[in-house]
Amino acid sequence: MKIVVCVKETIDTAASLSLQDGSVFWGDASLIINPWDEFAVETALLLTEEHGGEVVALSAGGGEKNEALKHALAMGCKEAIQLSAPEDMQEKTPVVPSMLAAAVQKIGDVDLVFFGRQSTDEETGLTPPQTARLLNWPALTQTAKVIAHDPQGQTIEVERLFENGRQQAKAALPAVVSVVKEICEPRYPSFMGIRKAARAIIPKWELSDLELSSTVDSAWRSLRLDVPASRTKKVEMISGESAADIAGTLVKRLLEEKVL
Amino acid sequence: MAENILVYLDCFSGEVSPASWEAVGAAQSVKSEAGKINAVLLGPRAQEHADAAFEYGVDEVYCCDDASLGGFSAESYTTQLAALIKVNEPDLILLPGNVRTRDLAAMLAVDTQSCVIPDAVGLDWENAAVVTRPVHGGKFLQKLQAEKAPCIVVLRSRVFTVPERDETRTGTPKTLDLVDAPAAYEVLGFTPVEGEIPLTEASIIVAGGRGVTQPASLNAPDNLESDEEKEAWLAQEGYKIVRKLAETLGGAIGASRAIVDPGYVPYQYQVGQTGKVVSPDLYFALGISGAIQHLAGMQSAKTIVAINKDPEAPIFKHAQFGIVGDVFEIVPKLIEALQER
Repeated sequence: MKIVVCVKETIDTAASLSLQDGSVFWGDASLIINPWDEFAVETALLLTEEHGGEVVALSAGGGEKNEALKHALAMGCKEAIQLSAPEDMQEKTPVVPSMLAAAVQKIGDVDLVFFGRQSTDEETGLTPPQTARLLNWPALTQTAKVIAHDPQGQTIEVERLFENGRQQAKAALPAVVSVVKEICEPRYPSFMGIRKAARAIIPKWELSDLELSSTVDSAWRSLRLDVPASRTKKVEMISGESAADIAGTLVKRLLEEKVL
Repeated sequence: MAENILVYLDCFSGEVSPASWEAVGAAQSVKSEAGKINAVLLGPRAQEHADAAFEYGVDEVYCCDDASLGGFSAESYTTQLAALIKVNEPDLILLPGNVRTRDLAAMLAVDTQSCVIPDAVGLDWENAAVVTRPVHGGKFLQKLQAEKAPCIVVLRSRVFTVPERDETRTGTPKTLDLVDAPAAYEVLGFTPVEGEIPLTEASIIVAGGRGVTQPASLNAPDNLESDEEKEAWLAQEGYKIVRKLAETLGGAIGASRAIVDPGYVPYQYQVGQTGKVVSPDLYFALGISGAIQHLAGMQSAKTIVAINKDPEAPIFKHAQFGIVGDVFEIVPKLIEALQER
């Protein structure tokens, strides 16, 4: 059984970011595996530990030393492959799902493709469902629990977390699954894992390796990036003689401001 | 301005989400004078909502309530919508945002080879759709212009205004024929969240953080052996104050990652960058320090009230009203004051 897990290199979510010449500048903040993707790697590893098989990590883009792939290897993935396309293409066109779908097909014999539900930078959450649609595989997004996975019978049964409840669904493999945090607790990479990852030579697949055209119409253009206007009003601190006093003042102020 | 806008009215389990009408409002804001707003309703009992769609100002309503659309799969809904788009040729498609519609929009863009922009907080038209959306946990706003038609835009809920309802407006819905598509997966069941307002739709949210996990007046029962069990018991008892205030206000409950990660509160209530992004009218942050990842999930709330022991907590920089004090002393009095009002 072969499982692919798609990971993305993102900026540490605790980093303080600024704008320089209209682009996001992260200074010396570290690059990390997209936090959601750790849950995808863990879920994939758990399934292979139970049923056998191996996990291949895929990442589109990222730097020369893709931290997401290194982290996935350190956690226990067998293999890692980096997909690359010209940067401006990645930004403006839906080329990433096409690359991932083509790579999954090139790897071949894949039962499951795991994703984190979205990335913490672009935050679109479009890549898992689009990759699934391109592969013509079912998309079990927002999965909070793998209820049953039967590699022989080629089925997977999951519970998905929607805003208003939980859906239980069963799909025939191969399938695409995107996971939410509830699904598991990601392991820390072992010392041996980190050493192995540091030494690994990660193959790079270009668009031509994936038989994809390098001329794709752009879907949108970015007009500008702005820092949102900060709240102009300063916080109004409420104090008083007693808790009852403070609570009374707060309610009065909320009513005056027509918040209640 | 847009000439022909298609609004997807999200009908799940027979109910239309309130954000669907916000999408009609957003459509009206970018429509040319002679332009049309059409709506599509898919799923069981979808037809029942056609009258409301006309009253909110929609010109044509397309419905398909075939039983096979029950349970929702983005795949089958995509096939139905793609067929309608081929005939109807809209220049803009708007969907109210949730995790289901985002999948639908994503797949629809693949099928129609068009462009999709999710999580819009601003919508404009300059020969094509111009969309503003937050990125990097709300640290920046990105403005994008569509370069392919139709442009599919998923709107963040509680941002756009619901239009006036005119009960004299009527119309006759058009029935869509079901396009046959093999089911992508079998829906075995659906467990709704009973008696609770979904966080993303709530106008009032009361959220708790680490500060609600240690009620000073309580001691964990002696039959709990490990410290971990005792901590969890105290945290869950402490969190009850969040529920009580939410009940008093008719609001939804939320939590910061600090109390979700140790398992005190289920993940579905987590507000923040790796939880839910909410924009209620009123947000109570009880014992929440205001880490940058939490702010990413709630900073667009209209009014934020923060109660925290630590006067230096970053949450106070983002709040309109701040109280330095013990949640367990202030909030019971606050509940009393609210009940007296």
